[in-house]
Formats: sequence, C-alpha cells, structure tokens
Amino acid sequence: MLKALQLEPEKCTGCLQCEMACSYENEGVFNPSKSRIKVFNFHDEGRFAPYTCSQCSEAWCLHACPVEAIVINPVTGAKDVLEDICVGCKVCTIACPFGTVNYNADSGKVIKCDLCGGDPACATACPTGAITYVDAEHTGLARMKAHASQTIPKH
Amino acid sequence: MAWTGKILRVDLTAGTCVAEPLNREWAGLYLGQRGLATKYLAEEIDPKVDALSPGNKLIMATGPLTGTMASTGGRYSVITKSPLTGAIACSNSGGFIGNEIKMAGWDMIIFEGKSPQPVYMYLENDKAELLDASHLWGKSVWDTDHSLHNEYQDPLLRIACVGRAAETGCLYAGVINDLHRAAGRSGVGTVMASKNLKAVAVRGTQGVGNVRDMKAFMKATNAGKAVLAGNPVTGEGLPKLGTQVLMNVINEVGAMPTRNMREVQFEGANRISAEAMLVPRESDGKPNLVTNAACFGCTIACGRISTIDPKHYTIVNRPQYMGANGGLEYEAAWALGSDTGVDDLDALTFANFICNEDGFDPISFGSTVAAAMELYEIGAITTATTGGIEMKFGSAEALTKAAELVAIGEGFGRDLALGSKRLCEKYGHPDLSMTVKGQEFPAYDPRAIQGMGLTYATSNRGACHLRSYTVSSEILGVPVKTDPLTTDGKPELVKAFQDATAAVDSSGLCVFTTFAWTLEDIAPQVDAACEGGWSPAKMLEMGERIWNLERKFNMDAGLTAADDTLPKRLLKEAAKTGPAKGKVNELHKMLPHYYEIRGWTAEGVPTPETLNRLAV
Repeated sequence: MLKALQLEPEKCTGCLQCEMACSYENEGVFNPSKSRIKVFNFHDEGRFAPYTCSQCSEAWCLHACPVEAIVINPVTGAKDVLEDICVGCKVCTIACPFGTVNYNADSGKVIKCDLCGGDPACATACPTGAITYVDAEHTGLARMKAHASQTIPKH
Repeated sequence: MAWTGKILRVDLTAGTCVAEPLNREWAGLYLGQRGLATKYLAEEIDPKVDALSPGNKLIMATGPLTGTMASTGGRYSVITKSPLTGAIACSNSGGFIGNEIKMAGWDMIIFEGKSPQPVYMYLENDKAELLDASHLWGKSVWDTDHSLHNEYQDPLLRIACVGRAAETGCLYAGVINDLHRAAGRSGVGTVMASKNLKAVAVRGTQGVGNVRDMKAFMKATNAGKAVLAGNPVTGEGLPKLGTQVLMNVINEVGAMPTRNMREVQFEGANRISAEAMLVPRESDGKPNLVTNAACFGCTIACGRISTIDPKHYTIVNRPQYMGANGGLEYEAAWALGSDTGVDDLDALTFANFICNEDGFDPISFGSTVAAAMELYEIGAITTATTGGIEMKFGSAEALTKAAELVAIGEGFGRDLALGSKRLCEKYGHPDLSMTVKGQEFPAYDPRAIQGMGLTYATSNRGACHLRSYTVSSEILGVPVKTDPLTTDGKPELVKAFQDATAAVDSSGLCVFTTFAWTLEDIAPQVDAACEGGWSPAKMLEMGERIWNLERKFNMDAGLTAADDTLPKRLLKEAAKTGPAKGKVNELHKMLPHYYEIRGWTAEGVPTPETLNRLAV
C-alpha cells in the first residue's frame, strides 16, 4: 500500500516538534531552519498549518531537473533527491508550484521531503496527530467521516 | 554538551559585542538559565547597585535543553536586579526566542552598561551588532515587532523587546517576545529600557546537535513526552482549558483573592473562567478562545489565542485589536478580574492585549489597580487624583482605561506604574498594598493554602507562585496531597518545591511539566544531554545551591528577615467565606522551622557551613 503524509492543520499547535524531528533525521541536529516540513503561524487568525512536499505523481521538480537528480523511490513513491548527482542549480525550486523544494546553502544541494524512506519522523514526533502517515488513497478519510456524521438524520 | 559553550557579552556603553567561553566550572554547579545566569550576575555586579543604573546588568539565558526536542525545551530567562523589589529578578518566558538564541550559538547574552542612545541588537549566528533604534523608541511591542520584520523581510526573525511601559519607567514592565510571550515579572523590561536597549532580534540557523548521548536523549525525551500525554493535567486539562482550568477549582477552595484580597471567593469567577472562554458570543457566534497554542517544542500547548467580542466597547473602530492574539492565562484573568472585581471577560482580554502590546506584567498591574480601587473606596484618592476615572471595584471601564494609561505612561497611569507598594505608600496607606518585597501577589490566597504563605514570604523575587507551587500538593494532590489548611510539614514542602523548581528553571524546560514530571523524569533528559552525571539528587542539590545563592544576593543587597513577611491583611483578617473561613495565614508557625531546615540562622541568613556545603 502506498502511503502519504496527511496534514490536518486544525490539530496543529505550532510546537515545531516536526521541524526538529525532520532536521534531526536528515541533518543530525535539532534545527528548524534545515527542516523539510514547515509550520506556518497565521497569527491574526489564530491558526497554524504544517506544510511539506505532497509527492506529486507528475512531479514538476523531477521533470525540471536537468541532471536527473530527482528520482521516484520505488518503495515509498517519494521523489528523492540524489545528493551525489544534484548540482544545486535550483531549477526544481523554481519549478515546484508549492515551494516545498529548497536550497541548502551548507551542502550546496536542494533538500525536500523524502518520507524518511517510509517512516516519516515528523509524523512520529507530532504530539497532536496533525501529521500522520496513512494510506495514500485515503488521506481524506477523517474529513469525510466528520462530514458524514452530519448526514445522519437527527432523532 | 548541549551547552554551546559560548556567551555573548554586550557592552552597551562602548557599543561592543564580544564572544567569550562559558565558564564550565560554573555550568557544572549551576547548569544553565536561572542558576547559571544568577551566578554570573552575583559575581559581576554589586548587589547594592541601583537597579536602573548602568552598573546593573541584564542577562538573557538559555538552558542546556533549550532548542532541543525535549518537550517544552524552548525556555529562556531574563536575569537582573529588580527595580520593583531591589532583589534578584529572574523572569522566564517561552515562545520562540530562547531556542533562537541557542540556535544562533549562544548559551547567554550579558548586557552591561548603558547605550548613549536607543539601540537594538541584531544577532544572526556569530554576527552581533548594535544598531540605531531611534525609529523604534516610542513604539509599542507590536509595532516594534512589525517594523523589524518589515525591515529585515525575514518572517523567521524572532524578536524580544520592550514597549512604551518600560520606556516610561513602569516598574513592572516585562520583556515581550513573539508578540505575547513574556519575561513578565519583577520589572526586567524596565531594566532593559533603562539601558536604552529596545529590542533583540535573533536568527539562529546552526541548530543544536551536540547532545552528549543522542540515543539516550531521544529515549529519555520520548519517555517524558509519553508521561505528559498520559497525565490528566498536562495531557488534557492544560491543552483544552489552559491554566485557566484553575479558576473554578481555586474559587471553590476559597483561595481566590478578590477585591484587593479582602475576600477569598469571587462571585463572577464563572464568567471569566476557562469554561466561559468557550461559550459562543451573541454578536458573532464565536467563543473568546480561538485555539490553544504551543511554545517551542512544547507537547502540552497550554497557550491561549483569543479574540475580543467585535461589539465590545473597548475595540469599536480599533482594528488592531480585532484579530486573534494572546489570551487570558489564569494569573492574568485573576489579577485583572477577580482582584479588581471585574467580571467582563472581554474587558479582561482587552486589558491583557494591552499588557502584551506595551509590555507590562498583568499580575502586578491588576493588583495595583485593585489597590487603587480600595484607596478610591476609602477616599484616599479621588477623581482629582485619577484624572476623572472612577476607580470603583467592578468597573471594567476603570480597568481598561488604567491599562491604556500605564501602557503609555500618562496621567494616573504614572501612579499605577509605580506598583502597589509605592502607590499605597504615596497615598498614605501602605497596609493596603498586597505585596511581598514590593512585588504583587499571584492568584492563590495564603489563608486558604497555608504553604503558599510561606512560599510568598520567602520567595527570592517577592510574592510569586513560580518559586514554589505548593498549590500542586495542597490542592491538586501532586505529587502527594497535603491539607491546605494546616501548616504541618509545610516548611519541608516549600523547601522541596523551591529547590526542585530552581533546578527545572535552570534546564531550559517549562515548570508546567511538573504537573506530571518529577526530577526522576527530568534528570535523565538533562543527563543524556550534558556531562556531569545529573541524577535527581544532584539536580535537587543544585536547586538548593541556587536558592542559597539568590538568598545571599538578596541579603547582600540589603534585604533582611523582616522582608520575609506577608501584608497584615493576610496575617490578621480572617477569610470570610469558603473552606478557610475564619483562618488567617499562620506564617509564624512555619518560618522559624523553615530557616532551620534551610541551614540559616534565626535571622534568616545562610550560615557559612550551609554555603560551604553547597559550594556557593
């Protein structure tokens, strides 16, 4: 079963545990500035939203890469960046409509979510269930259920 | 390690920022944050120095767990000598500034001297510079934050700054970070402004990676998170209702100080409680509470984000107050509400917004307004004094007007900015000031919670609930239930809480974790991060060391055992209602024994043996 990250902003408290988990998993340090997942604080509305790569099937980044450094992981379906091949040209960062591929000045390469090879650290770290790793075909299930409950006739 | 091993020394007089190595020996004795910065302060300033003179220093300090994945690991403290109390001041804040300082590579920043003109500090990793702040001076916290974010075009910049209250000399002004998180008590913001330092803007991209044993650290922090999630207070009560979960509980046990502590129960408590914050309003169908919110790394998320009723008189045609912002915590709701007799939730939320917008402590402010209301009631002040404000108990208009005047330091706001002690002295009724060592009380009446009387009397920063929260044991039964109405065992209880809290405050973690965690949960996290073999026993001993160091600083500053007391009202006027009806606080039954188990003389002075034993 192909799995995907399910993001539910209404459950997010803005604690940034996901950002630390991501940077620790990928860089070995607690460092939100190197996280592939980002939590945004819409302060005046009192809302938080975690956001990261949704692993497009026809990934703009993959198609844009001139050196074929972005490949589909056969197990997870993630679009992985091959660091050895990436030349840091940043074309993928322009091509991605969602802004979820970014340049890492320290390595001179781009970084993006690779689903941690199938066990995403952000989902494990999230204390409120705002980030979960579920069946890719049913990321809408929880929302469907919530709305489905409203279709039941009230007695 | 988990320490960065570097401190930044900022000489505001000379305009220099210089890196220096952290004193490792002191870090081994005092860990970080509250303990370690107090050690630096005590070594570097004359305790008798005028708090608002250039001779005072102000330290922003992180703990070793600040900026790590440990739950609540985002705390920092501001340590200085207080202008409100003349004692040590240490105010702790969450939000996102502590972790940013740490990730920029610094354990602490020491500000000394006084800048000839207003400046702010921009800190980006190793780059530290003092820049002209003449365009920021005279601006509120919110406007300053907005200006700096605009200037740098960097949404990830974290900012701690002072507002107009601090600039105009309010003695209980705080340092506000991330718009509404506050190092709020004891006037640490007043000291910052006295140095002509308006703001500290930080961007740290180095991260924290030098944990001693990462595997053990992840194991210990995960175990700690599971404990927090499974605990009914930290896993359910605090996220859902915030600290306001306490309002009805404390009112029930008759420990809700009301109308300048004349009474111990507030008839309007259920209109300003956590539950009231969830009730949809008539005007727009929305409740006061928008969401809960977390500080950096916090898996509890007790923070309140609120809006004011769009039809409320305080915000009509004032769009800057119509969005969501930092809502009422229990202490603010109590001080602004119960203590002033005001039960208008929106007025309290507005006053709280103003406290954040211009950076002053809602506890001290609310209590000072309460004192002014009593002075007004007995005729010691009149509308001639107040500039026309009818300072009546229960008047929402008086409360919100007062907040707006303190914010900008005008009119009667200048009197209120003095704090309760100086206000009551000025108008001839010092007995009406509900303070210890010049600092206003928090939200627990010590007639109904006896241990809190000893807590307040002996607190090193004046009346405060965050130095030994025996409410935990006496009311909530954590870690063990004790009888709130007796003094038996309270000196031991207070000492244990004081020492443990000092240890937690030095680690980078939030003290609210201790609703669920003991040092048994905390020490393994610290130990996995830092060298030194940090067992629970060692943590507790360090807490005792910190307590004695703070005490010694205060004694050297000129405080004496005579300052370890409570206002006459709490010692002589019995509680009128509730479970504690007929009781006063029996401090005299606790204090001598407390001195004894502290290893202090009958005059409350730490003996040389005690100081030697603790290597103070």
